[in-house]
Amino acid sequence: MTTMTIAKAINEGLRATLAGNPKSLLMGEDIGPLGGVYRVTDGLIGEFGPDRVVDTPLAESGIIGTAIGLALRGYSPVCEIQFDGFVFPGFNQITTQLAKMHARSNGNLTVPVVIRIPYGGGIGSVEHHSESPEALFAHTAGLRIITPSNPHDAYWMIQQAVECQDPVIFFEPKRRYWLKGDVDVETPGPSSDPFKAHVLRAGTDATIVAYGPLVPVALAAANAAEEDGRSVEVIDLRSISPLDFDTVTASVQKTGRLIVAHEAPTFGGIGGEIAARISERAFHSLEAPVIRVGGFHMPYPVAKVEEDYLPDIDRILEALDRALSY
Amino acid sequence: MGTHLPSTEFDETAVDDQREADAEAVMGEPLAPMVQLLGPDGKLGADPVFTEYADRLMPEALRGLYADMAAIRRFDVEATALQRQGQLALWVPLTGQEAAQIGSGRASQPQDYIFPTYREHGVALTRDVDLAELLRQFRGVSNGGWNPKDTNFHLYTLVLAAQTLHAVGYAMGIQRDQKLAAASSTGGRERDAAVIAYFGDGASSEGDVHESMVFASSYNAPVVFFCQNNHWAISVPTNVQTRVPLSNRAKGYGFPGIRVDGNDVIAVHAVTEWALEHARQGKGPVLIEAFTYRVGAHTTADDPTKYRPSSEEDAWRAKDPLLRLEKYLRAEGLADDAFFAKVKADGDELAAYVRRTTHDLETPDIRSAFANTYAEAHPLVAEELAWFEEYSAGFAGEEPAAEPAGQAAAKAGH
Ligand SMILES: Cc1ncc(C[n+]2csc(CCOP(=O)(O)OP(=O)(O)O)c2C)c(N)n1
Repeated sequence: MTTMTIAKAINEGLRATLAGNPKSLLMGEDIGPLGGVYRVTDGLIGEFGPDRVVDTPLAESGIIGTAIGLALRGYSPVCEIQFDGFVFPGFNQITTQLAKMHARSNGNLTVPVVIRIPYGGGIGSVEHHSESPEALFAHTAGLRIITPSNPHDAYWMIQQAVECQDPVIFFEPKRRYWLKGDVDVETPGPSSDPFKAHVLRAGTDATIVAYGPLVPVALAAANAAEEDGRSVEVIDLRSISPLDFDTVTASVQKTGRLIVAHEAPTFGGIGGEIAARISERAFHSLEAPVIRVGGFHMPYPVAKVEEDYLPDIDRILEALDRALSY
Repeated sequence: MGTHLPSTEFDETAVDDQREADAEAVMGEPLAPMVQLLGPDGKLGADPVFTEYADRLMPEALRGLYADMAAIRRFDVEATALQRQGQLALWVPLTGQEAAQIGSGRASQPQDYIFPTYREHGVALTRDVDLAELLRQFRGVSNGGWNPKDTNFHLYTLVLAAQTLHAVGYAMGIQRDQKLAAASSTGGRERDAAVIAYFGDGASSEGDVHESMVFASSYNAPVVFFCQNNHWAISVPTNVQTRVPLSNRAKGYGFPGIRVDGNDVIAVHAVTEWALEHARQGKGPVLIEAFTYRVGAHTTADDPTKYRPSSEEDAWRAKDPLLRLEKYLRAEGLADDAFFAKVKADGDELAAYVRRTTHDLETPDIRSAFANTYAEAHPLVAEELAWFEEYSAGFAGEEPAAEPAGQAAAKAGH
């Protein structure tokens, strides 16, 4: 067991992948000597050389499109997109090509490409540097979308993403890059399936579902609620697509109340999907409507007001109060 | 990349003369002439670079080029007819572009990997793709239809230019395989492979073509970009896409660009062979612009009379790639009436085969779409499949519900 940050854990996970899989390679802008703008690939070029850690031309469609070609030739490319808001020049390649290659080849071709995207706000940056576009990808069949919330998961999930034969979008909660935690580098333990949710905290009165950057917020809200005598269960989704509805359903069947929290705008977001599914699956267990806590329907706001935009402990507690008032 | 041959073939094409004059004015330098070996009169000319490549074509190979061009034209006619009869949802004809496709496809080696757009039926033929399988996509029973691993001929791509990046990535993979093979001292044919990416003059405006050329150049990837300039992107002429001949763009990326008479199968073959050798030898990418013409409609849904004069089509029909090679083969005594009769009979047989098999192309069970969405097990897909099975089971033994008449007719009519 060693302690490290999420950024370091992804770095170590990538190191293990590069060492263990000679057909894996990293591609992206500034990921070589600089180690990426967040230093997630720090030191890797020195160890594995510029053929395995490739500083690409500045072209997102180019990065993803050539990664598809490399995958067709038997390689496992891991692409870094510098910031969430800059994935869109590559959106076409992801949604029309990467996601569909396996299906349109009637299963003959696989394209095990991983796309790492630092996402989410809370870092006080300028526009296009703080977005949460996960729902745009989750709506596309053929993609898998996962997001770790702690260093242990970060270490293992990035390696599991590379091993997966399907394309995986790996969303990294950038404001948590410096979050420290224990990593068991010997065994993944409960993280052995990256597409399963984890119950982080048991409770009986209500369930909060969160993922990525909001997991610590959800945990803090549950702790605060406990001081008021409420027992709240917290689930870290970890995988957005596929979504582990079994774990969420089981929890709701126990608690009867569900709050879904994410940074992305509420409208058309993952929370709506969870609310709809849970109302189908566990209607008779629900004591209250599923309540969503998320961002507003606006472009990500300027840094000086992002605190008003991002769901925080109080917004989650307010939702909890509402759920418990039924 | 020059040629000593004046390109007499194209002197009469006033439109293009004007464009070339414009281009020259834009660039301030004369254009590299178009490579042409087989003149419209059926006489073989000389070229300092490419004659050597043309000389490699033995009479048997020349007859083969003719037979391929005739076969694919016959196939095109048959597929168009099948579409008209409602057997195909859409057809994308290639007539006029036979030399560009057969010449380039036949210049490739089995270990080369090819990324087509959606009109490369002639290239498919040279790669031994079963042409009946090629029709699966157009009949609406598959979004692919063949296994690219069998023939190294990738699936058609309908999002313009997307495949040019896949081609470059694949070529980068070949480079890596070569390094790995060298390191493990197994060597082998890996070192000989290259990639061809096909795209149109319209697609050349897409950003992905630019990015693919940047990547290809940066990594010196073994890829040949093969642009078939057939003059029209649906209804939009080439001069809306570019002010200079497309081959000139290569210079800006730092690799050779060659403009070739795309209706001259010998020149196309020679130029492509040269480019593939260049790529396989580690000398990097090449852009070939095959100057040709789409004689028919863009697709069976298109009406070219709305945007171009029939005189233009007629002028290009006179430059027919098949006629030109036929003149040469006859003049040199390389083929006789019996040969041409045999080619025709083979074409009819191919057409009959395609007609027969099209009717038999199996409609897939939608369960295969559930199975192929992901490579690995996926709970949402499993859940939806289970629902579908249960739902379908509820109808066991029943007739399907009748659709409202108007709706059914609209579906059948496309
Ligand atoms: C990205 C994209 N935009 C638009 C279309 C619709 N479309 C299909 S073919 C075509 C024209 C393509 O022209 P060109 O690249 O010259 O190839 P050609 O069909 O003439 O062989 C267009 C606009 C498309 N398939 N993909």
